[in-house]
Amino acid sequence: MIKKLLLVLLCAAGVSAHAALDPAQVRQLAAEDSADKVAAIRQLTQTADPDAVRVLQAMADDALYVARDKALIISGEQAFDAATGAAVDMPAEPEAVTVNNRLRGELANALAALKLFDADAAVRRASAQALQASADAGMAPLLARALERETDAGIKALLVVAHAQATLGDADPAVRLAAVKALADTASPAVKSMLLPLTDKAGEADDKVRYAAIEAVKAIDGRLAVAENLGRVFSGLSLGSILLLAALGLAITYGVMGVINMAHGELLMVGAYATYGVQSLFRAYAPGLIDWYLPAAIPVAFFTAAAVGVVMERTVIRWLYGRTLETLLATWGISLVLIQAARVAFGAQNVEVANPGWMSGGIEVMPNLLLPWNRIIIVGFAMFVLFLVWVLMNRTRLGMFVRAVTQNRPMAGCVGVHTARIDTMAFALGAGIAGLGGVALSQISNVGPDMGQGYIVDSFMVVVVGGVGQLAGAVWAALGLGIFSKLLEGWAGAVIAKITVLVAIIVFIQKRPQGIFALKGRFVE
Amino acid sequence: MNAAISHSLEGRPEGSHGAEQMGHLVTGGLDLSHGVALYLEDITVSFDGFRALNQLNLTIDAGELRCIIGPNGAGKTTMMDVITGKTRPDAGKAFFGQTIDLTRLTEPEIAHAGIGRKFQKPTIFERHTVFENLELAMKTDKRVWTSLFAWLSGEARDRIADTLRLIRLDKEADRPAGLLSHGQKQWLEIGMLLMQEPRLLLLDEPVAGMTDDETMRTAELFVSLAGKHSLVVVEHDMAFVEKLGGKVTVLHEGSVLAEGDLATVQNDQRVIEVYLGR
Amino acid sequence: MRKPLVVRILSSLDTRAWIAMAVFLGLALAVVPVLHLALPEESPFHVSTYAITLLGKIMCYALVAVAMDLIWGYGGILSLGHGLFFALGGYAFGMYLMRQIGHDAAELPAFMVFLDWKELPWFWLGSDSFGWAAFLVMALPALVAFVFGYFAFRSRIKGVYFSIITQALTYAAMLLFFRNETGFGGNNGFTDFKRVLGYGITAPETRLVLFGLTALALAATLVFAAWLVKSKFGRVLTAIRDAESRVMFIGYNPLWYKLGIWVVSAVLCGIAGALYVPQVGIINPSEMSPGNSIEIAIWVAVGGRGTLIGPIIGAFVVNLAKSWFTVSFPEYWLFFLGLLFIVVTLMLPQGLVGLWKKLMNKEGAAA
Repeated sequence: MIKKLLLVLLCAAGVSAHAALDPAQVRQLAAEDSADKVAAIRQLTQTADPDAVRVLQAMADDALYVARDKALIISGEQAFDAATGAAVDMPAEPEAVTVNNRLRGELANALAALKLFDADAAVRRASAQALQASADAGMAPLLARALERETDAGIKALLVVAHAQATLGDADPAVRLAAVKALADTASPAVKSMLLPLTDKAGEADDKVRYAAIEAVKAIDGRLAVAENLGRVFSGLSLGSILLLAALGLAITYGVMGVINMAHGELLMVGAYATYGVQSLFRAYAPGLIDWYLPAAIPVAFFTAAAVGVVMERTVIRWLYGRTLETLLATWGISLVLIQAARVAFGAQNVEVANPGWMSGGIEVMPNLLLPWNRIIIVGFAMFVLFLVWVLMNRTRLGMFVRAVTQNRPMAGCVGVHTARIDTMAFALGAGIAGLGGVALSQISNVGPDMGQGYIVDSFMVVVVGGVGQLAGAVWAALGLGIFSKLLEGWAGAVIAKITVLVAIIVFIQKRPQGIFALKGRFVE
Repeated sequence: MNAAISHSLEGRPEGSHGAEQMGHLVTGGLDLSHGVALYLEDITVSFDGFRALNQLNLTIDAGELRCIIGPNGAGKTTMMDVITGKTRPDAGKAFFGQTIDLTRLTEPEIAHAGIGRKFQKPTIFERHTVFENLELAMKTDKRVWTSLFAWLSGEARDRIADTLRLIRLDKEADRPAGLLSHGQKQWLEIGMLLMQEPRLLLLDEPVAGMTDDETMRTAELFVSLAGKHSLVVVEHDMAFVEKLGGKVTVLHEGSVLAEGDLATVQNDQRVIEVYLGR
Repeated sequence: MRKPLVVRILSSLDTRAWIAMAVFLGLALAVVPVLHLALPEESPFHVSTYAITLLGKIMCYALVAVAMDLIWGYGGILSLGHGLFFALGGYAFGMYLMRQIGHDAAELPAFMVFLDWKELPWFWLGSDSFGWAAFLVMALPALVAFVFGYFAFRSRIKGVYFSIITQALTYAAMLLFFRNETGFGGNNGFTDFKRVLGYGITAPETRLVLFGLTALALAATLVFAAWLVKSKFGRVLTAIRDAESRVMFIGYNPLWYKLGIWVVSAVLCGIAGALYVPQVGIINPSEMSPGNSIEIAIWVAVGGRGTLIGPIIGAFVVNLAKSWFTVSFPEYWLFFLGLLFIVVTLMLPQGLVGLWKKLMNKEGAAA
């Protein structure tokens, strides 16, 4: 409907505008043979006449007809002369112009090329961008003309690349050389594959052009590698953020209570299932707001995990105070119970947690470097949680008590800090943060009963490397481990990377048994 | 006399822990010539900017009984940690006799060289019997392989029995050490030290938690040990210090504030300031 | 008088324990084989193949539990990576079994054929020799344990730190063995064994011999462990567990004691793994999963650590419960296991043996 209206508007605009197209040329669009049609489309395109856009658009929309040996555009109950745009009587039996797939491709390109002459810079830019990877030799003159007319520097740069691609197959070596040189400044895999044939004798006879092509491919490769490594650093950053969310809670519980909580991974799982639960509620009761289930899931996940944490602390961990190895075993038992409980409640299969609409897509920094929104948001979220924890630990009374208990439990007890309550609250906080980690995790990986198991070793490594009870240590260790393992993954594959990281940590612990940021002194032991 | 001492300490090979240790001990059996048992020079230890020891100098003569006093945080325990190899000094020299560089040896190596240490809090093996505690401490080859096939000789049993009588625990020999009273634990730990036959004993608050009677008996024991052994006693109990006689060193903020007999030190103006506050 | 070593070993167990051991060996080496071979299957006294495999498997686990108890109960070092040593022993012997499948020594194991490998990797060299395999079963865990333990104990990593690092170690090894390129059959590991020393591996006689060997290995381990913990070495070890710094200051170097018991424990696990693989018929990387290793700790805890019979009781109780649960109520097994971890650590710190002693003491006091 909207398309039709547009078409009518376009036609109307055409009438009031300047001189009409050559009717014979327009008639050719309805030729019997597709080759003739293609030729006609190209000729029309070469005119660079805005009127041509109207006709070609109509053709692409299947609104072009032939009657009385004239090309007509029919929109609803109205008919217009394709060449002039003037309204004409509705013919009795108009014959539709058939458009096959080859023609559609041709039309799309032609329309894009014609839009290069649009008065609106945004339209021109979009068109130039669309042509980045699809310009062919036939468009070269058109692109050259557009390049001449263009005033906007940004669009001009895009056009240079498109033009170079179009002239890459030119018969004149000098033209080819110029094209290759222009393309050497790009950073797209598509351009690289276009240049590759020119790097050997079979594909390019001229030495100068060939050498230039080889240089250009090298330059592009360099830029691609930079982008790839940047991409790895970024995915390392997002992995590090997840590790950070997992390890922050551990750093608190281990730092304050000396408790190694092997069920910490399962608290992530609880957070992720809480997210799933909120999503299901939104689906059932507020499908219109489904895109906003995630913000609602954050507090739910936090408090669910914190509640599980409180129960754990009150029923089990409290009674094992000071017996760290036993605590480790008991919390492992808790983790088994939680896993099985999740299996019974939600099934052994992974459940589906969808990204909200606003989290899909990403920012394209370079042609081969896309930063997905969900990961960007997770990095931001982790920083936000870190900030909150920092404020809580350094700017509130609870935080002061927690730090006091961390440093000297008996003394804190003596000066009136209710250490048992602080333990519970610290544990609830640590568990809640793990729940938040679960929310983040649900957005980028599978949600299933076993999901926590994969994170327990990693997050302990973060705590071990970072040093006990050290927020700053946990942050650096998490980000460092994340980026280090993603970079390694790029060179050596995921499994070898993982093993290398674990071995590196084991070696590292040799040198700094207390972690990077450990306090030194005779009180450490 | 010196020759006899170094001979008695050289007899045992110390292998198994690597060539480094061998080198130290074989070339540097305890050499007490010049009459110096322990020599600390400009020892500095800092923890996160806090200087626990600040250019500490201390010399203990062979056979001397020395008391170290000083307020909390003066660096007494850290000093002992440095001598026994638990803490490495940031700077300074620490020698046992003329030749043994303590800053380069591990705790067990230092123990073998002839330094015994009693902790502030009695640390004994609570689940072993009193007898086993002494047996484990006894001076002997302490390498793994020998321990596997070790068997107590009659001579060794006699030595343990002697020590048991000395520390008045002969009736408790087969009880787990954890069941002893606090004072008895202190005595057991002293007994373990004696079983090691050390040349230098470091005693950190040895009479804390003892009755007056036990305290006095401990003082007598220490006095009788002096001469054959060098003793360094850290203590707060001035009556005990007085009973021991000997030279007193006052530590303050990681270095020596005053040194001399108890009366001199007690009349030192700076010492009074430190203890009574300014 | 210095008693000869044999006498000291004999005196490390009391008379009751020797009688119990004789009964156990009599059952395993004579009664069970007769009941299995001589009686028809319908007879209520017939011991089925299933029962023999299950009991053989559990005896391997019991051996591992004793090894774990040496390091944890007596040394105070909780390893969460003992599954690795068990699996290494299993893999070392599994390589030999894989080479016995084909009729020709030059024949490559099937998984290598699938990977299109043309010849054996270097580390498979000699794997067709039983002697070499038997050597590897002990040497491989010993080597890994020595290297890892040396560095860990030297830098005085202890307590939960050590536990976590051992867990990371076995986890890393599991990932490594999951890879096809590592050369140990990837996911599937080794299976479909046919022969051992030329005898059919599923033949009842072979099964009974393996069963008997496992029983002998378990008994020998028990005697060895009893001697070890009664020796001065054992006393130093428990002293290190209770007050490590005191041990150092009286002149023992804890490094070598810990390393010694750590390596011994690893070798025992390797032997258990080698006995396990031919009886169960499969070894794959999941044996190295952190969960498996931590389960070993619960066998020891249930039975009672710091005692030698405790881990054996624990291994039998937990694993019999496991085979009963996984058949009758598979969905409740993890609940049971999880609660076992919690209940034992909270209520039974000394395990079943400790509970028994307590009850006996109470009765004695009442009488």
